[in-house]
Amino acid sequence: MLTRLAPSLAMLLLAGPILLGLTGTLLPAFGYLPALGGMHPTGEYLARLLQEPAIFHSALMSFAAGLITAAVSLTVVMLFVGGWAGTRLFSRVLHLVSPLLSVPHAAAAFGLAFLVAPSGMIARFISPELTGWTRPPDVLILHDAMGLTMMAGLVIKEIPFLFLVTLAALPQIRLAETRALAASLGYGRVAGFLFGLWPQLYPQIRLAVFAVVAFSSSVVDVATILGPTSPAPLAVRLLGWMNDPDLSMRYLASAGAMLQLIVTAAALGAWTLVERICAALRDSFAAAGKRLRRDHAIRIAAFAAMTLSATVVIAGLGTLAVWSVAGLWQFPHALPKDFTLKSWIAAGPRILSPLTTTLVVAFFSTLLAVALTLLCLAREDEKGRKVRRGTMLLFYLPLLVPQAAFLFGLQLFFILTNSAASIVALVFAHFIFVMPYVFLSLSDPWRAFDRRYDAIAAGLGKGAWVRLLRVRLPMLTRAILTAAAVGFAVSIGQYLPTVLIGAGRLTTITSEAVALASGGNRRVIGVYAFLQMVLPALGFLVATLVPALLFRRFRAMRV
Amino acid sequence: MAQKGLELQSVTIALEGRVLVALSRSVAPGDVLTLMGPSGSGKSSLLAYIGGFLDPVFSASGKVMIGGCDLTNLPTEDRHAGILFQDPLLFPHMTVGGNLAFAIPASIKGREERRNRVEEALEGVGLAGLAGRDPATLSGGQKARVALARVLLSSPRMLLLDEPFSRLDTELRQQVRELVFAKARDSRLPVVLVTHDEDDAAAAGGDVVRVGSQ
Repeated sequence: MLTRLAPSLAMLLLAGPILLGLTGTLLPAFGYLPALGGMHPTGEYLARLLQEPAIFHSALMSFAAGLITAAVSLTVVMLFVGGWAGTRLFSRVLHLVSPLLSVPHAAAAFGLAFLVAPSGMIARFISPELTGWTRPPDVLILHDAMGLTMMAGLVIKEIPFLFLVTLAALPQIRLAETRALAASLGYGRVAGFLFGLWPQLYPQIRLAVFAVVAFSSSVVDVATILGPTSPAPLAVRLLGWMNDPDLSMRYLASAGAMLQLIVTAAALGAWTLVERICAALRDSFAAAGKRLRRDHAIRIAAFAAMTLSATVVIAGLGTLAVWSVAGLWQFPHALPKDFTLKSWIAAGPRILSPLTTTLVVAFFSTLLAVALTLLCLAREDEKGRKVRRGTMLLFYLPLLVPQAAFLFGLQLFFILTNSAASIVALVFAHFIFVMPYVFLSLSDPWRAFDRRYDAIAAGLGKGAWVRLLRVRLPMLTRAILTAAAVGFAVSIGQYLPTVLIGAGRLTTITSEAVALASGGNRRVIGVYAFLQMVLPALGFLVATLVPALLFRRFRAMRV
Repeated sequence: MAQKGLELQSVTIALEGRVLVALSRSVAPGDVLTLMGPSGSGKSSLLAYIGGFLDPVFSASGKVMIGGCDLTNLPTEDRHAGILFQDPLLFPHMTVGGNLAFAIPASIKGREERRNRVEEALEGVGLAGLAGRDPATLSGGQKARVALARVLLSSPRMLLLDEPFSRLDTELRQQVRELVFAKARDSRLPVVLVTHDEDDAAAAGGDVVRVGSQ
């Protein structure tokens, strides 16, 4: 009964808010918002939007950020997997990169900012010896007008994501055999991979790549921390209008959200064009029999790019940690003169409430997502195993529609029902983004479970619930807790849902941290961003330790 | 008392409209019906149909009766069809004793009583005293015996064997095979055996049905 309802419930809880939210954004965009007295449809706000200064510049930047971030991250991942899959170095890099998936975007962005700013760690390390700088140089690195630093901040987070998604798809292709075959025909490693395997691999990760395009073209937190300011990318400006004390600005914000929807759709459309061009190029190279035998440089470059991106995140997080305990730290010293817990003690009392909200919301949204995922997967078993494309699309939907486009409307809905800024509404809003990741990370191990165990238990006379609780769930403990840790990390990283649905009254570590960005107090930012990074890590620690302790006597239950 | 034989009445299994297996047979208590055939011939699907865990991609019809009681529409857990697969599939998160206790019907109460049954079952397959062990530490032959003890403890009405000896080496194979058939005879259970191996069929001694041969 419960399992039969689960898929419909998932559909309702994921697609429902998106449709409701889109409607709630669309109507005010055309002037219809009875709560504020807007009764008649009008094109006035769309016209006003188009007259906003540099609005096309903002839109173009968002569009470009989506395409460039996806192109760069995917290229690095593709060439690295092609050049190194199956080597020992590959698994080393995997261990380096995979934990980075859990780092919230904002924390990674702060880390990058602390590294590359004119007074950042890199400048300190090379000054004054190499540069002669005794004070930070006056160059615009953060918030550069082209948005390069912002895109870099996105790339270092999207690389681990695409890398892990690609890895999950790898077992479904015949890597070793195809490589041997391609090599016997005289093709280099990378060429063999691109011609022989990538065409099979790409369709399986395509939705994830789309998610990267959509996210990067509509991101708010990373853009606030690293992005250009005059003008800012579209989504950042939208949020500004949304938070304007003048309520009539909501019309403009909603009209802007519609533009955001168009920009993201255009970026996705352009991406499919890029796909076609690249495929045609690949096919013509393959047809011409280009062997690319000397691909050493490509392989080294891909490895370097991969390691560099991971190193940047790790070094950035380290810098954040140091800043949070830094005493006096003058430029160009590489380390603070003294260390102090003053920043932590000062922030302590103020952190307690956002910290509680963060944990409560992350816990419950994850719990809900894990429970619903398990029920959906159990239902899939009952019906016979067929993963329909439609199901996958449903789970990717919240990652493909720009957040602003439906969260504005959803916020309106919560305000109208008097439930904005309630924990329940916030849990629910986070759930929309947690669920896809939990489902994606749990479905593979669930489907890989040997169903003969289930048949045996049934043959022993055990009913469905006993089988689930005594056999399947215990055997999948590690996978379930890992999926939960992923969900927990996703919830902790959420910025826009927190700001909009929390309506400024419920704040989390992430929303507080991003709010501190403009203030530029590095010690306080260090404290918040450090917490942002530690909380997901704690989740993964629990996911590793608990099964290890529970099953310490059972050898086959170890990894 | 009525004979608790297994009866298959015009059982048909089809995949995408193609009939894989169609047969009617009865198996008396203690007897073995052997199904032989190439892989993909549907012999394991027939076993799954009898046990009630056939993948929904197959379509199947026909009656499965035991001792005059119709199982066809019952869920697997109410059929009491004990299954042994190629692999012993001991639950890796339970001790050997835990695996066995899990199989004892809940109607048998009392910690002491249940523990005695576990010990007896282990003695019955020559593994006395191993209740506390992690199944992962057992040898292949020991695991196969525990799997047998586990299925017998659940008071099954029949045994379904899906190539259960094929992973064992020749000597062990013979031992385990004899043990399984002896136990089935002792408990007067009808047995359906799916195998590739002519020796299995010969040792089973009952009817042999060849599936999928033209």
